[in-house]
Amino acid sequence: MNPDASTVDTVIDAVSSVFMIVGAVMSLGAAIGLLRFPDLMSRMHSATKPQVLGLFLLLAAVGLQLRTWWVWPVLAVAWIFQLLTVPVSAHMVGRAGYRTKHLHKELLSTDELEAVVLKAAEAAKDAEPDGGASDTIDR
Amino acid sequence: MMELVLTVTAVVLSLAAAGAIVRIARGPSLLDRVLAADVLLAILGAALSIDMAVNRHLNNLMLLVAVSIIGFIGSVTVARFVADRRGQTNES
Repeated sequence: MNPDASTVDTVIDAVSSVFMIVGAVMSLGAAIGLLRFPDLMSRMHSATKPQVLGLFLLLAAVGLQLRTWWVWPVLAVAWIFQLLTVPVSAHMVGRAGYRTKHLHKELLSTDELEAVVLKAAEAAKDAEPDGGASDTIDR
Repeated sequence: MMELVLTVTAVVLSLAAAGAIVRIARGPSLLDRVLAADVLLAILGAALSIDMAVNRHLNNLMLLVAVSIIGFIGSVTVARFVADRRGQTNES
């Protein structure tokens, strides 16, 4: 039942090395996507790779290298925190990018936000007949 | 084997950081720069965790969480700031 300790050690080392290299390549993929994609929305798509999957792989490599059980909950807390904050900031950036028209409309397959934005603009126009350009809808 | 992994990941992460910095410098809009700065912070976090894994310590874990908090607060703040200036729209 107890295999050779050095063999297990080598296997764990190899697995964590693969995790580390793949996690680093995720960052490289994000940088290449940032440089090559045409607009903000597609750049946001590539930017999420190191933030979620890359961090997961690297934290798993840390847990494998330390070879103790009590670090796994701590690493899971760090990863879940990242998992909670990344969608919020991506939502804010994407919304601001849409409102300031940093996108190529012809690249979108569906645009579910357009109807909401038009309706909000109509409501703002009704509320202020003097045509003030104030924008307090998307708060 | 760990030395080889450390060298490979150092080269890869340096290239990735260079790409993100190029996008920060060139990025046509403010939001592109915010996104690239977020990616640069993620690359920094990756370097911190690789250091922890190779040298087998946990000293950087709180720094990793702090870096992700800074990225979150920074991009949310700048996104709100950009949304307030709709008059100066420019196509990217």
